Amino acid sequence: MKAILKDKLNLLYEEISKKCELYLPTKEKGALNFKKFDGENEVDIESLQTVKSAKDFFFPQTEDMVNFKTEGKNIEIIDAREKIETYVIFGVRACDYKSFEILDRVFLVEPVDTMYKNRRENAVIFTLACNNPHASCFCKNFGIDASSPKGDVECYDVDGYLFFNPLTEKGAQIVNGLTCLEEVKGEDKVDALKKDITKKIEKLPFSNLDLSKFKGENLMELFNRPEWEELSEACLGCGTCTFVCPTCQCFDIRDFKTNSGIKRFRCWDSCMYSDFTQMAAENPRKTQMQRYRQRFMHKLCYYPSNNDGIYSCVGCGRCVKKCPQSLNIVKVIKKIGGEKND
Amino acid sequence: MQRLENAVLSKAKELLESGKVSRVLGWTKGEFCYDVSPCVFNTVDELKNFVYNGFCGANLSKYLINESKKEGKIAVFLKPCDTYSYNQLVKEHRIKVENVYAVGVECQGKFDIEKFYAKGVGFVASVEEGLTEVKVNGETVLNRNDVKLERCLVCNKKHVAGEEIVELNEKLPSDSDRFEMVKKLEAMTADERFAFWKKELSKCIRCNACRNVCPACNCTKCVFDNPNSEVSAKANATSFEEQMFHIIRAFHVAGRCTDCGECSRVCPQNIPLHLLNRKFISDIDKLYGEYQAGEDTTSKGPLTSFTKEDAEPSDAVGGNK
Repeated sequence: MKAILKDKLNLLYEEISKKCELYLPTKEKGALNFKKFDGENEVDIESLQTVKSAKDFFFPQTEDMVNFKTEGKNIEIIDAREKIETYVIFGVRACDYKSFEILDRVFLVEPVDTMYKNRRENAVIFTLACNNPHASCFCKNFGIDASSPKGDVECYDVDGYLFFNPLTEKGAQIVNGLTCLEEVKGEDKVDALKKDITKKIEKLPFSNLDLSKFKGENLMELFNRPEWEELSEACLGCGTCTFVCPTCQCFDIRDFKTNSGIKRFRCWDSCMYSDFTQMAAENPRKTQMQRYRQRFMHKLCYYPSNNDGIYSCVGCGRCVKKCPQSLNIVKVIKKIGGEKND
Repeated sequence: MQRLENAVLSKAKELLESGKVSRVLGWTKGEFCYDVSPCVFNTVDELKNFVYNGFCGANLSKYLINESKKEGKIAVFLKPCDTYSYNQLVKEHRIKVENVYAVGVECQGKFDIEKFYAKGVGFVASVEEGLTEVKVNGETVLNRNDVKLERCLVCNKKHVAGEEIVELNEKLPSDSDRFEMVKKLEAMTADERFAFWKKELSKCIRCNACRNVCPACNCTKCVFDNPNSEVSAKANATSFEEQMFHIIRAFHVAGRCTDCGECSRVCPQNIPLHLLNRKFISDIDKLYGEYQAGEDTTSKGPLTSFTKEDAEPSDAVGGNK
């Protein structure tokens, strides 16, 4: 297998970044997030998870869509979409990789979102198996295997080496072109690591949730469950869960007045916010309970109903870790998901 | 600390059973010891999920804005720091005080779960709490100070509100200076300071958790949520905007911020937002004499009253020296 000594990873980053832009988990001021490699990054591929998910690459928090330039009575329309060239995202975990499939089903169906498509198609994704899954992880429930994280190239951190397993042509092309890699016999070690990961995942407290209740035919029953009140009682109505979530994909489109025209941009929106459903005459979701319910019903009921039963949650556990008041999707699943949760 | 939890729970039961209150605002158990949530308990039976431990960092006072307007009386458990927020909210007429029965609860500093992970404890199944030490998962003994929230390391607050206090041990004092980092920032050059904040605030994802948890941020409609305000922003149009949001917020709560530290506790990106507030507190102390917001419910705050002796703006910002 192609591999590199972990002590020499900087050579790898440097070589990739000479060919194209490289983004990788970087520690900055105490928070781990994907950052562009500039030679100075404090790269950390051992910590399990970035604060923000990898969805940002294809669906950034803000992006310009179109500019309008006004001159007298004329309006010029200027395409604001960026030109994207091939780039590498390094260190994506299995859950985040799975989230791309969920986002694709939203952004790549007709009418195709060209901004998303552009970024998505030009990305080469190096995934990383999860050596040390956390108690807040529950990816297994969604058919995700953290020991086989998929993507263009799978990476395995074992025995002082990082091993590479290219899965796609574009992944193989990059890996084969890297002169810093050596050929190391590692299949056995990688297999042992995978088994170890599977064992660890099986033991996690949330690995076997009962999701059986969450299907389209139970929609009204779930919607009307009285437990939503207590589940949402402490919700602050902030957007933390939605913004760290790899599958939340709602956005708002706004115009920004500049001196010489208008900039039209889109930005993430959150169904937790009071103005999310504000319309000219009325706001149909007046209470935080209704907003809270919407978020989980979307992930566990509406989305799967429209997408072949695929849940819009990948069990990354970010909401579990980051909700200021410790409300999260696992508590919802346990409360109203199915009998085996009791 | 189990004894303390039992004492608080008994108090909750007693208040509900005697009919003194119809609801109790406290904390409810999560899946583990550390993922507790604020909760309103309506019956003695519901109290089976009541919890009071080192992870009950959430400040309950802001929930009273809505809860105190409901029918009947509600009991609330307030840690020393929470009592300041409570008083401040009472002062600002945001809580219907006749509907509240406030009970102070002992606090020896609350935990930051991330600090357990940083100490190498991958999963925190149980924490036996002592005054100065904690025993994690029945084996690892850690210094309590090493796993406390930053705000708790510098806390010397005492209960300033409450009809009664549930306390088994006296609170251990802190000899740390809460303005230490503020002083360091003041000692920086303007460029260094700007670089510091630019790096910190560029992590902001505008989730509004800091604003929504903040007891001093209690406007019915925030200016940043008002589409007619022209500053309503879900996105940062320029890289400076996220700084503007936090700076404006800090200005708006200046003189009213009790330094409860919830903003920093909830920030998903670990931005030390409390430092902005502490800078204001330190400046107010210097310009108007020492002042602690929320110490009482009636006095006028230094920034909401005018006297001829007030500092001139040029004194405050250093003028053209």
